[in-house]
Amino acid sequence: MNVFKIATLGTATAVLMGTTAMADGHACAITDGRVNIVGNEFPAIQSVAAAALACASGVDAEANLTADHQKINLAGMSGNPAEYTSAVVANSSIVALINEDVVRPLDDLVAMYGADIPSHQLITIDGQVMAVAFMANAQHLVYRSDVLAQVGMDVPTSYEGVLEAAEAIRAAGIMDNPVGGAYAAGWNLAEEFVNMYLGTGGDFFETGTANVSINNEDGVEALEMMKALTAYMNPDYLTHDSNATSSEWEAGNVALMNMWGSRTGVLMDDEGAEMAVYSNTVAGGPLTVGDSGNAASSLWWDGWTVAKNISDESAAATFQAMAYATSPALLNDETMSQAVWLMNGFEAQPVNEGVLATVAAGASPYPMLPFMGLLHTAAGDNIADFLQGNESAEQALADIEAAYTAAATEQGFLQ
Amino acid sequence: MKHSTFFWFVLPSAFLMLLFIALPVASVVTQSMYTAHEQVLVTVENCGPFGCKPVTSIDQEATKALNADKPLGKWAGLDIYKDRNHLAFSEVGSAWVNADGLPDFGKTLMNLPFYKAMAFTLTYTFIVTPLTIIFGFFIAVAVNSVAKALKGPTIFLTLLPFIVTPLVGSLIIFWMVDARGILGTGLQWLANNPDLSVKASTPLMWIMLMFYGIWHAAPFAFVVFYAGLQTVNSESLEAAMIDGANRWERIRYVVIPHLFPLVTFVALIQLMDNFRVFEPIVSFSAQAHATSLSYAIFNDLGGETRLLSSAAATSVLTIIGIAILLSPVLIRTYRDFSKPS
Amino acid sequence: MANKATAQPLSVKFLAISFLMFWLVLAAFPFIWTLWGSFKVEGDFFSKANWANALFGGLTQKETGGSFTGDGYYGAFVEEEFWRAALNSFIVCFFVVTISLTFGTLGGYALSRSTHRYAFWFLLFALIFRAMPPITLVSGYLLPFYEYNLWGRLSTTIIVLVAINQPFTLWMLHAFFKNIPKDLDESAMVDGCTRFQAFRHVIIPVMWPGVITTGLFSFLLAYNDFAVTSMLLSKDNQTMVPKLASFLGTTQTKGNVMFAVAAVVSITAPLFVMVMVFQRQIVSGLTAGAVKG
Repeated sequence: MNVFKIATLGTATAVLMGTTAMADGHACAITDGRVNIVGNEFPAIQSVAAAALACASGVDAEANLTADHQKINLAGMSGNPAEYTSAVVANSSIVALINEDVVRPLDDLVAMYGADIPSHQLITIDGQVMAVAFMANAQHLVYRSDVLAQVGMDVPTSYEGVLEAAEAIRAAGIMDNPVGGAYAAGWNLAEEFVNMYLGTGGDFFETGTANVSINNEDGVEALEMMKALTAYMNPDYLTHDSNATSSEWEAGNVALMNMWGSRTGVLMDDEGAEMAVYSNTVAGGPLTVGDSGNAASSLWWDGWTVAKNISDESAAATFQAMAYATSPALLNDETMSQAVWLMNGFEAQPVNEGVLATVAAGASPYPMLPFMGLLHTAAGDNIADFLQGNESAEQALADIEAAYTAAATEQGFLQ
Repeated sequence: MKHSTFFWFVLPSAFLMLLFIALPVASVVTQSMYTAHEQVLVTVENCGPFGCKPVTSIDQEATKALNADKPLGKWAGLDIYKDRNHLAFSEVGSAWVNADGLPDFGKTLMNLPFYKAMAFTLTYTFIVTPLTIIFGFFIAVAVNSVAKALKGPTIFLTLLPFIVTPLVGSLIIFWMVDARGILGTGLQWLANNPDLSVKASTPLMWIMLMFYGIWHAAPFAFVVFYAGLQTVNSESLEAAMIDGANRWERIRYVVIPHLFPLVTFVALIQLMDNFRVFEPIVSFSAQAHATSLSYAIFNDLGGETRLLSSAAATSVLTIIGIAILLSPVLIRTYRDFSKPS
Repeated sequence: MANKATAQPLSVKFLAISFLMFWLVLAAFPFIWTLWGSFKVEGDFFSKANWANALFGGLTQKETGGSFTGDGYYGAFVEEEFWRAALNSFIVCFFVVTISLTFGTLGGYALSRSTHRYAFWFLLFALIFRAMPPITLVSGYLLPFYEYNLWGRLSTTIIVLVAINQPFTLWMLHAFFKNIPKDLDESAMVDGCTRFQAFRHVIIPVMWPGVITTGLFSFLLAYNDFAVTSMLLSKDNQTMVPKLASFLGTTQTKGNVMFAVAAVVSITAPLFVMVMVFQRQIVSGLTAGAVKG
């Protein structure tokens, strides 16, 4: 996991590399083909798309960044020729494209145009490069240093520690509901469960098969911990997505939460919050649960792919434009704090420390399995009943397994 | 009217509906009866910024051969309709046999996604539809009695809930009913309970969704009824008065029968729209408390892996549900149609 | 109208007025609240600390130096070019209304004049088609639209919106035409007009009230549509509602949420003008038609 150290230390070389690439005009000599990027809409991706379009300004180039990208990218890449020549995806969403076989292996393009791309950015599956990652993300503890100091507690490193600190804060009368978390039913809640379950050291599936296996002690432990935490959360927690959780934080209602690294930047700036809140907001490391010692968090990357059903010229043009847009040339004062960039030359900002600590703690990447999305959806639909006290943990886990099994059967993963 | 004339007159509409609605409906029905082929799984080495790991992946070559053979997928008949995420026949069957009395059976039933969604959808439809009609009617009566100069602004204000886009309308109300929003605080004050939170309680969430539904649709009923009121024959009203009918009797025996055809129209549209309730559930993040069939479709199509056949099956079930719901109104319309007008 | 039958005793009038006041507050309050809040910063409008912040705007004072700020409007219209979306919305609405009404009047007229059973079945199927959840329809369109390079265009979206709203339009116009006496066009045909000539010279002049009301609903459906426009339009061609949704995004960027709030207020303004202009037609339109169902 020294990737990030290299990233931080190698600044000088990278800047040098970036400028050479620019100077000889090699990176953006695109004269043929077509570039069309589809992806999600947030500042880091917007920067990447803007750089790619600038690079491909010599040819027909477009970008379609939208929150609905996952609903349209598959359809937009299935035609021949595909509408989109590149899709920006994460490790959870790339599997849908690989499952349908609409993205091409990049080995030949890497050999021809990608000599500068460091190997840690290449996503390889079965020895073939399928995507190029450009940023990392993970959830980790965010805490209010002033509140912890007031109750005389150390920064918690485990969820058990969070419960203890939360009790102390509540007992001291500082906050009623000191714990925050993106527990909105659906995707967010399932993500919290995935993290917690990884923290217990459990496996989601029987090795080598699509048979789910979460209805076990680890699953119960993960759910029980989630429920214990909700006792210290705002009673509306099932409607709080990461946006709502962030605004709770900015309002000064929360002192401890597990939050995405990409969201900590806005919590620490001086907009939208009182000074006492933003100046005392600190990004901590990942939390553990129980005695397994695993980080209860998953690592994410965002990267780009190249569509399969396009001409070789378009593939080459897209590859060059995207490679340029995710090279050190992208980094400047404005973009530096937008994400934990994976390219050389990235200097970690204070807001990024949480993600780096999570990587350093050896957290697992979010499972890149063809059927993981189905389990994620099933979990998102069935955990709320348990948290609301309508059913037992075992029943909730059994429901998740049953919902997953029906979906996986439909998709042909199970018979 | 001659057949050929009829044909040419309806051709443009019919063509558009055939192409953009009937064709997709047919393809959805087909889709709902096929599942994906058996996926051939292999274990491969997967590397990225966080190191290497053996993972399970799909063997593209082997799967492609299957797909090329039968591009629609594997024939499943009604299997998807019967599986646990839809009608769940075998689960319901075993729950019926094993249940410890009716309440226990009900509890098991509510644990199945389809029945849980139906419980909310039907409650919503049968509460919101009549209340929308009644509310719309009373607003129409009230606006009708306003001075002429004030009518324009009154109509505009009344239409606001209908014309403000639901996407944002519900978002703003969602913020207002937050425990610290203006309405949420107001409710706490009214109920004299500082811990009251609409978003944390299932019954309150249901009430809020229904309240929003009525609030949003009442203006639609209002416009239709208001127009109807303009044509109530004042002579028949006077005649009724001479016969000694009081105010209520006049409304009951003259105004309401006059408006009845409009009630049918509004009921038809409202039943259909309410059965497909979707936007408020998403905007209010209410999925932990209430789901609907449309939400289930959204969930199938919006996940990391899209469940096309499952979404198709739920869509077909929605259409069947609406057809059953509307059948009384449709039979009535059929009789009207047969009557020479 | 001021005859005895419609004259109301004071108590009833009082009841009606107080009910109306109650409803108007209910209907307009969220909007007025939004209008007021659109001149504040996000921290005040969506205050998690205390709702009163939205009234007095402590953070607005701190962050911008005044009690009110036009940042939301500036951001939406100047930085994000919301006016472009407004223009697209105008184009889409104009064509959707025109095409819907042209096709709808022809079809609705024929349906109202045909005495054959198949006319009923036609209407019935149109209604059942309308039962299809739009989200399923739209995701079905994606593949062919990309395949034939139709995706992202305003024209595609216009046709889809027309098609999806056609059942509603047909039902409503059918009801209107039923109310226009058959003798009118039939006597014209006795005089030697063809069916189409009778439609053109006799029916068109008297159908406007009904058409305007139906047009208003078509307009609102196109204006407010999110399901179709958000999935079928490219960035450049976005209409107002999907553009507004993109201000919210999955990850809310600070400040952008207020662009959305400013956009909501802006979206409503043209509708106000429209209701004021058409209020008489809306009512007289329905008067002439749908009353008989």
